[in-house]
Amino acid sequence: MKLEPLMNMLQRMLEASTVTLEVFFLTLIFSLPLGLLVAKGRMSHLKIVNIPIKFYLLIMRGTPLILQLIFFYFAPYSLFGITFDRFWAAILAFSLNYAAYFSEIFRGGIQSIPVGQHEAAAILGFSKAQTFFKIIMPQVIKSIIPPMGNEFMTLVKDTALAQTIGVMELFRIANTSSSQYFSTVPIFVAGVFYLIMNAVVSYGFSFASKKLEYYR
Amino acid sequence: MSQTVLKMQSICKSFEDIEVLKGISFEVQKGEIVSIIGPSGSGKSTLLRCATMLEKADSGNISYDDINMIISDVDAPAIYADKKACKQINRKFGLVFQNFNLFPHFSVIQNIVEAPQRVAGISKSEATKIARELLSKVGLADREDAYPCQLSGGQQQRVAIARALAMNPDILFFDEPTSALDPELTGEILKVIKSLADEKMTMVIVTHEMNFARDISDRVIFMDEGVVVANGTPSEVLEASGNPRINQFLNKISKE
Repeated sequence: MKLEPLMNMLQRMLEASTVTLEVFFLTLIFSLPLGLLVAKGRMSHLKIVNIPIKFYLLIMRGTPLILQLIFFYFAPYSLFGITFDRFWAAILAFSLNYAAYFSEIFRGGIQSIPVGQHEAAAILGFSKAQTFFKIIMPQVIKSIIPPMGNEFMTLVKDTALAQTIGVMELFRIANTSSSQYFSTVPIFVAGVFYLIMNAVVSYGFSFASKKLEYYR
Repeated sequence: MSQTVLKMQSICKSFEDIEVLKGISFEVQKGEIVSIIGPSGSGKSTLLRCATMLEKADSGNISYDDINMIISDVDAPAIYADKKACKQINRKFGLVFQNFNLFPHFSVIQNIVEAPQRVAGISKSEATKIARELLSKVGLADREDAYPCQLSGGQQQRVAIARALAMNPDILFFDEPTSALDPELTGEILKVIKSLADEKMTMVIVTHEMNFARDISDRVIFMDEGVVVANGTPSEVLEASGNPRINQFLNKISKE
């Protein structure tokens, strides 16, 4: 490839990366709190709460994410004749899908905390909310860092699926550039972009993990 | 005049089909030190857990001072006091666990100041001052910034005692406080409990340390299979009871 089209392509890919990052961060902002709520519901002893949640988890983890993207973009139109913005349809699909995985990680983390921690907090008079946020959650966060790192890195790569419903993210631009220039170079450049983003994510998790090494 | 701090009457508790407590009654007076002894599985720990609301008793009456925690009519299930009363009662007792249950992500001093600050609403500086006094009392004044994982079991248990004392309880329960410790570390815990006894702290101690129970207690309760077999002064229960179950237990313990 010549220099000028190459620079042109790089610029477009950098711009598209911001869309990728938007999908990444918005998904996290919605799916992490939702995942925590779902985990709490999944652990509820009330059947009316935990059975629908089990069903939700099965659907979200049991069907392809690409299918869920298509569903959330096209279903509102087919069913009610309304269209969602494709970007927000993607955010909805990613958030609901990742919340399912996050909830199971949270649940595992919460259940790994010894019951003695809850008991000690109860004896000292901490409220349920204080116990959860001051005593339990900090320990949960430490214990779930490795699986969370996996999910975050998978999410960076999964954002590429948003192109299925026409979101102009990084991989979509790489694809169109690729056919425009009859070259696979843009695809590999996109690969380097994802790699750099994930290097940052990976570094962030190593850092957090080190920060929390002060106790066992 | 003596004042009754804790009153338990006809407490029953079953897990599934197993009846663990079969109508336990006893009282603890202010300043009194009561040891509860007996074979494993006799219901000692369950009794403490019912007294501290970690388990719900099936029936019986429990009251602290004049506040009822649970009341039940004859053969009727226990009725617990409302949330507000339970909270009030919760402030009256402390519990030291067999395996310490310190908060691992908090430093020693944080472990102690957290509850006074957040539950009792004491200012941070005041809570820190109290915590430092308690730490020097249990001989750990120089370890306030350490984390639980950096301490020995005996040191962790001493922090746990300081943490319980920081809430200024009327009565302090110990659930086999030395059972998770190496034998050479039990002495340091017993010493701390002894010093509390000298200050007339009201205490109920579930223990397997017979000599300690004999030395420190005003009263010894011997439990077996969910009932109180004997309740009296250490010498009445441990030496002169003549009860075959107690003698059998003491023989077994002394052989170990």
